[in-house]
Amino acid sequence: MIVAEDIYVRLGGRVILDGVSFRALPGHLTAIVGPNGSGKTTLLRALTAEVPFAGRTGMNGTDIAHAKAWQLAAIRAVLPQATPLAFPFTVIEVVRLGLASGISANRAHLAQQSLARVGLQGYEGRMYQDLSGGEQQRAQLARVLAQVWEPVLDGQPRWLLLDEPVSSLDIGHQLVVMQIARDFADAGGGVVAVMHDLNLTAMFADRVALLAGGRMVAQGTPAKVLDDANLSRAYRCRVRVNTPPDAGTWLVPHAASV
Amino acid sequence: MVAIAGSVPGDRSDRAKRLFFWLLAGLAAVAVLSIGTGASGVSVLDAAQGWMAGNLDPRDALVLKSIRLPRLALGMLIGAALAVSGAVMQGLFRNPLADPGVVGVGAGASLGAVFAIVLGGMLPVWMGQHAVSLMAFAGAGYSTLLLYRVATRSGRTSVATMLLAGIALGALAAAMVGVMTYMADDRQLRDLTFWGMGSLAGASWTKVGAALPLILPAILLSPLLARGLNGLALGEAAAGHMGLPVQRIKLLAILTVAAATGASVAVSGGIGFIGIVVPHLLRIGSGPDHRWLLPNAAVLGAILLCLADIVARMIVAPAELPIGIVTAILGAPVFLWILLSRKGVGAL
Repeated sequence: MIVAEDIYVRLGGRVILDGVSFRALPGHLTAIVGPNGSGKTTLLRALTAEVPFAGRTGMNGTDIAHAKAWQLAAIRAVLPQATPLAFPFTVIEVVRLGLASGISANRAHLAQQSLARVGLQGYEGRMYQDLSGGEQQRAQLARVLAQVWEPVLDGQPRWLLLDEPVSSLDIGHQLVVMQIARDFADAGGGVVAVMHDLNLTAMFADRVALLAGGRMVAQGTPAKVLDDANLSRAYRCRVRVNTPPDAGTWLVPHAASV
Repeated sequence: MVAIAGSVPGDRSDRAKRLFFWLLAGLAAVAVLSIGTGASGVSVLDAAQGWMAGNLDPRDALVLKSIRLPRLALGMLIGAALAVSGAVMQGLFRNPLADPGVVGVGAGASLGAVFAIVLGGMLPVWMGQHAVSLMAFAGAGYSTLLLYRVATRSGRTSVATMLLAGIALGALAAAMVGVMTYMADDRQLRDLTFWGMGSLAGASWTKVGAALPLILPAILLSPLLARGLNGLALGEAAAGHMGLPVQRIKLLAILTVAAATGASVAVSGGIGFIGIVVPHLLRIGSGPDHRWLLPNAAVLGAILLCLADIVARMIVAPAELPIGIVTAILGAPVFLWILLSRKGVGAL
């Protein structure tokens, strides 16, 4: 389980997170949603100990703020929004970087399996820098998947922390990537994903945390959190949530502000 | 790597490993060429025959023992040090243009060395004959640290800031070297002039002995940084997420750069561009994986500097050019080429 209690983050003299508490369970895909600047990515960075914060965070009972990098790397992998690469690595070399440390070390074959999983089989020998933005994002996902290939290891759930994993993908690959996250959770691992697309969130997430202005507006199942009132309040525009019986949930934002 | 490594497309590790052995063979060839080149006209064949027959001319023996062999040894040592410190610094800054000679670290080392030459009396006695090397090491270390602090914001290094800060740092160090030169007496001035030319001309076993204790550990320990520098290619945050001890890697990288750059500047002055050209050629040839890049850079650096030294000795024989001029003529165009090719620069 991932637990964050009373998280305060102050960056550049501004309060980014103001007493946020958050919970994610193994077996669940937990989405963090909210408008730009609401603190979604900062919350994820607190969970990866990338930003200094006040409050308590734990992952599988380990105190995140005080754990060693290798201890955390063994139980969770992180996909950042964008990963510029300094040198001309091939795609397979990039994915193998994910195997370089932690429990998956020296299992080179996982790199190819992982590439196939994200639909990049045959891309092994291509230069990473020559790929399109979406292909780079999927290659990075393959690297991250290779790091925590088994969703459960030694009875402990492992975690995927994804920061806007579908932001530069076409609709087909958005579904592919969300399905990978879904399968990871269904196999007993845990997924925490910062999401912009509320429709995909409604389709795939088990739980949703809605942030606005550095505070938690609502937390719970998509049906409970993604309602007209919550979304209109958080996003400051009128949003109508439709739930036709045969098509799941879909949302229509309106132009006018509340 | 497991057995299947190499059978996968895009995996260049086998090529890089084979390259290492080819480079070693190349180094042996260059060594023979270097021993046979010089003003005195002793050829390798003469020397080998004389040595085998046990009747080597004492004058030739002296030329070989106290001029050519230490020169070859120093050339190899400095070449390897420059190339490895270039590769490590580029890995640390995540940028193929970061070279100690270009971004002010060499200038910082020079300042330390000049300080030791001019104000040596103020330094503690225990430094003794290593004072110049140690002060150059301190100067290089401090400027690397300063540059990293200035050019890196939230885990990302800006090339523009790095190059501009390097210019400022270099100018500041040069100005302070100027002040020291102004304060120096006649004997110190002569030392400074000879030292500042960037040359292997004064090579001796004493100089090899002064550089070895700093350069050899830096080169031999650099492969320990390989996985860390590979991870850093994805950025500091991602390297941390993969379980790498980022702060320790950065500290070790800065120490390696400072030791290798400091010691080479102390014994041979500023020799530029080896640190940029060698890693760049190797990345094109066999990929940027630091596990192979670092050892290959050490050998190719030794080869290129010894070749440049042979050119420096031949082109205006019996006089010789300072080797720094030769490496700059060969290296500056490569630097521009990297700057102009989008791929090489990566995320500018």
